[in-house]
Amino acid sequence: METTSPLERIFRFVALSLVVLFFMFPIVWIFLMSFQTNETILTIPPTIVFSPTLSNYAALITGKLTTSAGTLDIAFMRNLMNSVFLSVTSVALSLVLGVPAAYAFARHKFRGSEDIAFTLLSFRFAPPLLVLLPLTQYFQWLGLSDTYVGLIWVYQLICLPLILWIVRGYFEDISADVEYAYRIAGHSWFATFRKIALPLAGPGIAAAGLLAFIFAWNNFVFALVLASADKQPVTVGALAFVTSSGIQYGQIAAAIVLSVTPTLALALYAQRYLVEGLSLGAVKG
Amino acid sequence: MASTTLSRKPASRFRISRKVLPYVLSLPALLVCIGILIPFVTAVIYSLQRYRLSQPWGRKFNWGENYWNFLFNDPGFWNTLKISLLYAGITVTLELLLGLGIALLLQRRSRINNFISIMLLLPLMIAPALAALMWKLMTNPGFGILSYLAGLVGLENFRWASSPDTALLTVVLVDIWVYTPFIMILLLAGLRSLPTQPFEAAALDGVPRTFVFFRITLPMLTPYILTATLFRLLDSIQQFDIIYAMTQGGPGNALTVFQVEAYLNFFQSTNIGRSAALMVILWAITYLLSNTFIKNWLRLRERARGEA
Repeated sequence: METTSPLERIFRFVALSLVVLFFMFPIVWIFLMSFQTNETILTIPPTIVFSPTLSNYAALITGKLTTSAGTLDIAFMRNLMNSVFLSVTSVALSLVLGVPAAYAFARHKFRGSEDIAFTLLSFRFAPPLLVLLPLTQYFQWLGLSDTYVGLIWVYQLICLPLILWIVRGYFEDISADVEYAYRIAGHSWFATFRKIALPLAGPGIAAAGLLAFIFAWNNFVFALVLASADKQPVTVGALAFVTSSGIQYGQIAAAIVLSVTPTLALALYAQRYLVEGLSLGAVKG
Repeated sequence: MASTTLSRKPASRFRISRKVLPYVLSLPALLVCIGILIPFVTAVIYSLQRYRLSQPWGRKFNWGENYWNFLFNDPGFWNTLKISLLYAGITVTLELLLGLGIALLLQRRSRINNFISIMLLLPLMIAPALAALMWKLMTNPGFGILSYLAGLVGLENFRWASSPDTALLTVVLVDIWVYTPFIMILLLAGLRSLPTQPFEAAALDGVPRTFVFFRITLPMLTPYILTATLFRLLDSIQQFDIIYAMTQGGPGNALTVFQVEAYLNFFQSTNIGRSAALMVILWAITYLLSNTFIKNWLRLRERARGEA
């Protein structure tokens, strides 16, 4: 390994440069586009020398898009707020429901526990539309269609299996002896869970929560099927915006930038947790 | 004597709560998910019915007719099956090769390698639907940078997703952009966790590096490769977001993979029976795949625990 020939070093350098170019270019390009006016964007050949403008972001934030044809209302900020609200509440609910269940699965091998855990995991792999299409009709009967409650409930399908499986793995790695010693010392079950198990599994819970948030934020099909315009998150909202605004490319780019910023920022901020969560969820369980 | 009676009392209370506790703890999570199981059963029932929203009076059980039609007089179904398998096959193969290559390039721990692997995480964090929109802007025939670049290399009228000939290629490209980092991360974690002794021994003996790669690295990495492949296969055969956001299944029926076709059947042609039958078949495919996967995964976990 230490004895790399100059030729190999050049090959590595070129290969890695191409890799970085391919994966980073779209992000950089759309970011630049979001600061351009439509006239700059439509220039041929494309240029990276331009005087940046904040007008695209201003239009999105004020919700008013003034064009030569008239003024257009954009509900994009509402979509952004919907994304924040839906993802945060879904993950919070998933943690409340999932962490105790993960603890039960890890600590107490009760009858059918493996079966139940697998059933929950299998939700991760079932085609979402199989459940979603009939669910539209049930939601109409139950009065849940196009409500936040209904959406948050369905979002549990994404968040819950993820949290259950990752956190369960962490609980299994903690030796039960510590907890047993604490119980023998006369502490209640709940105190043991809160004071010993939870803090020890803390990093795992953080990783799982983070991953669940990103998955919830990035979800598209649930809200596409179940939510109308004023409940839609950014993923669906951005697509609708593309259809309605047509040729306002600068605003579309700015909308995309605003929509992906939260998950990208989270990823950069907590990348170690994230990598751990992804590899654990996939390999170790 | 006194000490045993003292210790028995809390112990018995402990045992009772031990029995009930796990059920109490996991019940809420289960209830939430069981609510979701009901529509699953409903979907299976719909798939056995002749059910069109446009002709509500004609709704009745026709048992296997929807499935029978798939086999014998529904070219649309074979198109869906073909495109879904093609899409999954191409994306997973390419992502695996690319992901393995990148993981090998980044294997050595250095500051620059760690930095690059964090950067490569970013596409994976972008919602696939939004990634599709990004690429849609870049492949716009009027001003898209990729259309411009294609023009520079002599492909003046390369129409990316708007031509049936290149639509598949375009969505595959987006899929590769989003999901290769996933495989890369798993394989990089795998590579870095391999024991060092075999490699040191091989280096001492002057074993050629291609031999080391095919006879030591690859076999030891196989469990990670299998896991990553099956994970991606399950996602890829169900791909909806990228394709729907990019082309809505078009042009024509060029990209009507399972979930897109079922969505269009349900909401546009309102043929609920056919839509449900499509989803049941997709579910059967993923069930077979994931069962293989879970068995493999369990074995892996046991081996990992045994060694630890």
